[in-house]
Amino acid sequence: MYAVEYQQPTNLADAASILASTGGRALAGGQSLVAAMKLRLSQPGTLVDLSLIPDLKGIRRNGDRLVIGAMAKHAEVASSDVVKAALPALAGLAEGIGDRQVRNMGTIGGSLANNDPAADWPAAVLACNATIRTNQRAIGAGEFFKGMFETALAPDEIVTAVDFPVVQRAAYAKFPNPASRFALVGVFVAQMGDGSVRVAVTGAAPSVFRATAIEDALAKSFTPVAAKGVKVGADGLNSDLHGSAEYRAHLISVMASRAVVAIA
Amino acid sequence: MGANDTATMTSVVGQSVLRKEDARFLTGTGQYTDDVSMPRQTYAYFLRSPHAHANIDSIDVAKAKQSPGVVDIFTGADLQGVNGLPCGWLITGTDGKPMNEPPHPVLAQGKVRYVGDAVALVIAESPAQAKDAAEQIVVDYDVLPSAVDSLDALADGAPQIHEQAPGNRCYTWALGDKAAVDAAFANAAHVTKIDIVNNRLIPNAIEPRAALAHYDRANDEYTLYVANQNPHVERLLMTAFVLGLPEHKVRVIAPDVGGGFGSKIYLYPEETAMVFASKKIHRPIKWAAERSESFLSDAHGRDHVTHAELALDKDGKFLAMRVHTTANMGAYLSTFASCIPTILYATLLAGQYTTPAIYCEVAAAFTNTAPVDAYRGAGRPEATYVVERIVSQAAMEMGIAQDEIRRRNFVREFPYQTPVALNYDIGDYEQTLDAAMEMADVAGFPARKAEAQKRGKLRGLGYAAYIEACGLAPSNIAGALGARAGLFEAGQVRVHPTGSVTVFTGSHSHGQGHETTFAQIVAGRLGVPVENVSVVHGDTGRIPFGMGTYGSRSLAVGGTAIVKALDKIVAKGKKIAAHLLEAAESDIEFRDGKFTVAGTDRSKAFAEIALSAYVPHNYPLGTLEPGLDETAFYDPTNFTYPAGTHICEVEIDPDTGVVDVVAFSACDDFGNIINPMIVEGQVHGGVAQGLGQALREQCVYDRDSGQLLTGSLMDYALPRADDVPSFNVATKVTPCTHNPLGAKGCGEAGAIGAPAAMMNAVMDALAPVGVTHFDMPASPYRVWNAIRAAHGHA
Repeated sequence: MYAVEYQQPTNLADAASILASTGGRALAGGQSLVAAMKLRLSQPGTLVDLSLIPDLKGIRRNGDRLVIGAMAKHAEVASSDVVKAALPALAGLAEGIGDRQVRNMGTIGGSLANNDPAADWPAAVLACNATIRTNQRAIGAGEFFKGMFETALAPDEIVTAVDFPVVQRAAYAKFPNPASRFALVGVFVAQMGDGSVRVAVTGAAPSVFRATAIEDALAKSFTPVAAKGVKVGADGLNSDLHGSAEYRAHLISVMASRAVVAIA
Repeated sequence: MGANDTATMTSVVGQSVLRKEDARFLTGTGQYTDDVSMPRQTYAYFLRSPHAHANIDSIDVAKAKQSPGVVDIFTGADLQGVNGLPCGWLITGTDGKPMNEPPHPVLAQGKVRYVGDAVALVIAESPAQAKDAAEQIVVDYDVLPSAVDSLDALADGAPQIHEQAPGNRCYTWALGDKAAVDAAFANAAHVTKIDIVNNRLIPNAIEPRAALAHYDRANDEYTLYVANQNPHVERLLMTAFVLGLPEHKVRVIAPDVGGGFGSKIYLYPEETAMVFASKKIHRPIKWAAERSESFLSDAHGRDHVTHAELALDKDGKFLAMRVHTTANMGAYLSTFASCIPTILYATLLAGQYTTPAIYCEVAAAFTNTAPVDAYRGAGRPEATYVVERIVSQAAMEMGIAQDEIRRRNFVREFPYQTPVALNYDIGDYEQTLDAAMEMADVAGFPARKAEAQKRGKLRGLGYAAYIEACGLAPSNIAGALGARAGLFEAGQVRVHPTGSVTVFTGSHSHGQGHETTFAQIVAGRLGVPVENVSVVHGDTGRIPFGMGTYGSRSLAVGGTAIVKALDKIVAKGKKIAAHLLEAAESDIEFRDGKFTVAGTDRSKAFAEIALSAYVPHNYPLGTLEPGLDETAFYDPTNFTYPAGTHICEVEIDPDTGVVDVVAFSACDDFGNIINPMIVEGQVHGGVAQGLGQALREQCVYDRDSGQLLTGSLMDYALPRADDVPSFNVATKVTPCTHNPLGAKGCGEAGAIGAPAAMMNAVMDALAPVGVTHFDMPASPYRVWNAIRAAHGHA
């Protein structure tokens, strides 16, 4: 790790101004950023630790919305009674992230801001059509994820909360990479309040995306067979040691069908 | 040991005594190399080659030397008078010539040959400063084409890696009677052929390699703490062959070591360069590898490409086997690299069977990859994989049951001389097969398979009836086969005046539990509590000598050396007792911790004898030295031959290719067992590593660039606790005939038997969909691909 300046502001305004003046990086749970710094792959001049800012914490039900503070840890989401009552699929997803140590440090806001192509949270956010709230604005899920490790966030913009609609029913099915246990393919299926179906896929491509063919099939028949019957194209999907684009395409249908099984 | 002394052995020997060493390991108070610090200590960082193959046109360290905190920087040019790292085993080729043995420089000399090859040693006041300075070193590389695959490296027109190894060939070596094999094949009723790759593995001890080198100017002495499995061998090779230092002026300490699996046997460039540099800077130097550095620079394992053929008669009797293997040596010959795919591989190709004729040819290639050497099992897993995969496939082709084909070919009379040099002293292969089948509930398998099928899953059962040659080794036999070292072991038993005991062993424990097992042997023999026996290992300054721990040798060889020293202790104790009891020495019996005049109740406790030896007021000083401290060296007369049957049951999800190991049953014959709990733990660990090889792990270098693609745990799929099932293990005993403990060794068996059992189970499960063979690891992706290929997709 290169030497780094470390700041620990106690309110959002200070955090934003330090980020703006130093060009530094916001530090949430540090489960990706610190690892990259240790490998000297990332070299922020200043780290702005968000852990002492009260506004970023907490999980609350707000009518037909579930609002999760950006600094909520995966372990908190996994064990939250509020989440389990409103959107249990999110608790299940959080429980499957990394290992116990990662879940006790990593945060939903950090994960979304990083937008790792194999992270789990982007699939939930996109499938549920959640809103990402920042210190500057509200960003719809459809506009937030811009590409591999790229988001709509400005350099000094800080995610404050993730605002999920309480969907009718949902489930997440992940096929883990055998080595890293990140998603080789992760499929989040959500049936919205109006009965429409949204399906988001992580791990398979450079960034999270909606599997519209599966959405169409499930809109007609919300059954595992309908999901599995969709032949997903391999174009644009990732290919590496752990799976070709064809394998990932195949797994998208399989995991979608397993998510439907879990819902039913 | 004397026949009348054996009764007391039963008291603690054979008990699952809790491990004495665990108190410190479980409370975080172990003392590993990186835990040791010295005053005025500096920190080392090694600048490594980013290229697989390149000439170094120049290295400029001027700017780096000005970097904050830098103490000194060494490159190959600074290592005047330093030789290359030696290889400990000379293989003589089929052409009668010695293997090609190109130099293995401590720091690169004008050329780098793999990604991770050490180019410079940077020493600074902190690890971060050393790393910062290394970034300021300017190396002008002239990048050359590379070859990482052994077959690519041996092909015409491959890039030449060493001047001294034309065509990148280290040797071509053969064992067996080729003419007899050819004749047997000509008359065979059936021939089974198989092409297999034994996947390259990267060892991942929890503790990365580490060293702390110190030069004491006042006494002209060096001290090296190093995470190592055999400190005396480390010292001998480093001083005598590389640095030209007096052996007695160098003390090597391998303190607590967090796992080795072979990767810490070897003399590596890092600690050698640090010992050299410690005298130049007159300050201690510490280094601990980062995990990514371990991936690049630890010696890797396996990496064989093999074509094998088995000739059978119409009844499934094996007539002959023919094997050709290409082995990847990596860029340089590591300490024992040359003997792994030869002496420890081809000699095991008879397996548990009476195959009368076997011929094996091995081509060893230099490549632009990290050196390859012994990794848990070392040659024997590769041999078992060849034998048990081809036997399984032959059974399937001929429609013979898997257990039946093995029964028809088992060796049943001992001693048995194989056609590939080894002489098995004892075993009972049918016994372990029968027990394993019972444990695995083979009879109930068809019902389980049918039930799985209803759920859309494919079930398979796979067998591996393995044998290994352990207890390395009779020095004279090893020497005749090319070993440049002896393979005995030393043990010292020091009885203190109060009767407590300190044992000094040349074996080294890096997870095996020697401090408990060896204490049990001593406690059992002397009739003292286990708590009164301490075991010291891993320090050339305290232990007479040692060849270290590898090849499942510690109990059979190291344990026997301790027994031989105990023999001397008891013999001397009888002399003292005879004097004190005024009886003839021949009338003294030693039993239950007491020296007794036979047929009387007159006796002296062991502690009384010990005290008398150190307070010799009433003592036969004219004929007997005081003190009770004995040393023995033991050189075995044969290898030991642990064997057994492992049966694996898998369930495969054809939708995803995931292989679930639903059951694993192992029945092993390790000879006599001192501590069943430790033995069971060794089997668990070995099977977990075998599962890693079979289903998950694979080291991959990019074929074009030579970059290591599996350079971290993000891409190298090490098994985790929830990837392994609960194992079903048991043992049967045929005691080894040629050591007094009757022990054979247990450390490697799991890693030897498991891969073949698992892959045979996978092939059995996939047989209904038309898959006959694919290579390890059976990752979900590979399984899915194999099913798809069988269905006619590319």
